[in-house]
Amino acid sequence: MLIRRPSDIAPSEITPRDVYLRRREFLAGAAALGVVSGLSALFPAKAHAAPLTAAPSPLSTTDEEKTTLANITTYNNFYEFGTDKGDPARHAHRLTTKPWKVKIDGLVNHPGDYDLDDLLKPARLEERIYRMRCVEGWSMVIPWVGFPLAEVLKRADPQGSAKYVAFETLVRPSEMPAQSGYFQPLDWPYREGLRLDEAMHPLAILAVGLYGETLLNQNGAPIRLVVPWKYGFKSIKSIVRISLVEKEPPITWKSQNAREYGFYSNVNPQVDHPRWSQATERRIGEGGLFGKRRPTLMFNGYGEHVAGLYAGLDLKANY
Amino acid sequence: MAARQASAALSRVLLGADPVRRAIYILGLVPAVWTFYLGLTDQLGADPQNTLERTLGLWALRFLIVALAITPLRRLGGPSLIRYRRAVGLLGFYYACLHLTVYLVLDQGLDLPAIWADIVKRPYITVGMLAFTILVPLAVTSNAPMIRRLGSRAWQRLHKLVYVATAAAAIHFVMLVKSWWTPEPAIYATLVTALLLVRVWLYAQKRLWPNARPVSRPARAGS
Repeated sequence: MLIRRPSDIAPSEITPRDVYLRRREFLAGAAALGVVSGLSALFPAKAHAAPLTAAPSPLSTTDEEKTTLANITTYNNFYEFGTDKGDPARHAHRLTTKPWKVKIDGLVNHPGDYDLDDLLKPARLEERIYRMRCVEGWSMVIPWVGFPLAEVLKRADPQGSAKYVAFETLVRPSEMPAQSGYFQPLDWPYREGLRLDEAMHPLAILAVGLYGETLLNQNGAPIRLVVPWKYGFKSIKSIVRISLVEKEPPITWKSQNAREYGFYSNVNPQVDHPRWSQATERRIGEGGLFGKRRPTLMFNGYGEHVAGLYAGLDLKANY
Repeated sequence: MAARQASAALSRVLLGADPVRRAIYILGLVPAVWTFYLGLTDQLGADPQNTLERTLGLWALRFLIVALAITPLRRLGGPSLIRYRRAVGLLGFYYACLHLTVYLVLDQGLDLPAIWADIVKRPYITVGMLAFTILVPLAVTSNAPMIRRLGSRAWQRLHKLVYVATAAAAIHFVMLVKSWWTPEPAIYATLVTALLLVRVWLYAQKRLWPNARPVSRPARAGS
């Protein structure tokens, strides 16, 4: 297995912490000297975990045990790298995440192709410890590092007619093995979407790290969505496009199987997936072989924050 | 004299009447023992129950497929492994039992209402339970006294149900994945389909050209 563990990463590939922490001064100095082009040597093409500083957030879950980094980085659904839970950790090291651009377009007053660094520059990173509930019936507790999606949307300045936000994942068959060949599990690009008010909610974040370090590729590097009150597949990974649109955008899993996956996909123990119950979940790493399932919470336990978004909406019909 | 008798008795117990058959049973149970061991020592990854459950189910399907392949293999001119078919088929049943037990006890914690809801509401579980239910009478009659009691013809007719059970097991596997083009279930479904088609072809050949020279050796009684 080709799982890159931190110990496999040559020390030369990691930006030293003190240099990293002084990166702004360094960039300013470098720019002044006109050596910006030489920077690529310091920020290698393959992104490995590098430390991030993040402020704690009152929106974090603090009373539950966090899932181990080993489990978070080896048990993933990221079909671009294969359908097995171990495939992303096996294959995602091939993905280059520098340079990385995110196109913001559609019904916005400031569309553009933004360099990742430009998106991050104004952001104040926070640690958000969230429950993550997969539609398959398992869950984790993950200490994300990120910032509210609303900040990016506000800077892009949505027009009055914008009602939804559509997201797309990278398509790069040369680095994403399941995007080539005869039998591909999904139609690419992977697409997701939120209603604009959902996207503006303070709980919805764009994550760039977890456990105080930058994301590994299998977790959706360099930038991904995290919407903790919805099933995990809504939290789209490795985002290259964010579009503001008027109508409900098509999303991958609903296009694949509309009977089983809906646009909202809010965590809801009362609405079963046609093939399995959603009433309980298995917390990854809890109890091993003899671990017990735990009850699934409405809106994954975030009801006090988000239930208001759905006042008057039939959650059974709008699953 | 007594020593010789004792050693003969011992070797009968260890090797059985047929050492190859005994070896199949012992080797066949190795994946189960090994996977349980990995589970108990926390080496089955992030979701050990699920991995254990799926591994056992997959081995059940594998043994059923091998058992089904034995007759076509002989009819198409391959070696006759018929005397090991019962052992392989029973291993498939044992794995199905372990798979079901892990689901009932470890996964669902014997929550009977939840299990019942699963069986009646989730088609893939319904189909899986159907496969298991069919295997029970087949396993119970997989011994010489039962063959005698039922008579060879009735026994053979009953055991044709193994095709239904294996097809149901393969469908159960295909139905539980989210994307149709997940390689593993697709491969197993193809194998089972191929075995069924070979069987249909052999049957059609026998019905349509009863006097034609058989492609292979004639079937032996009791096969």
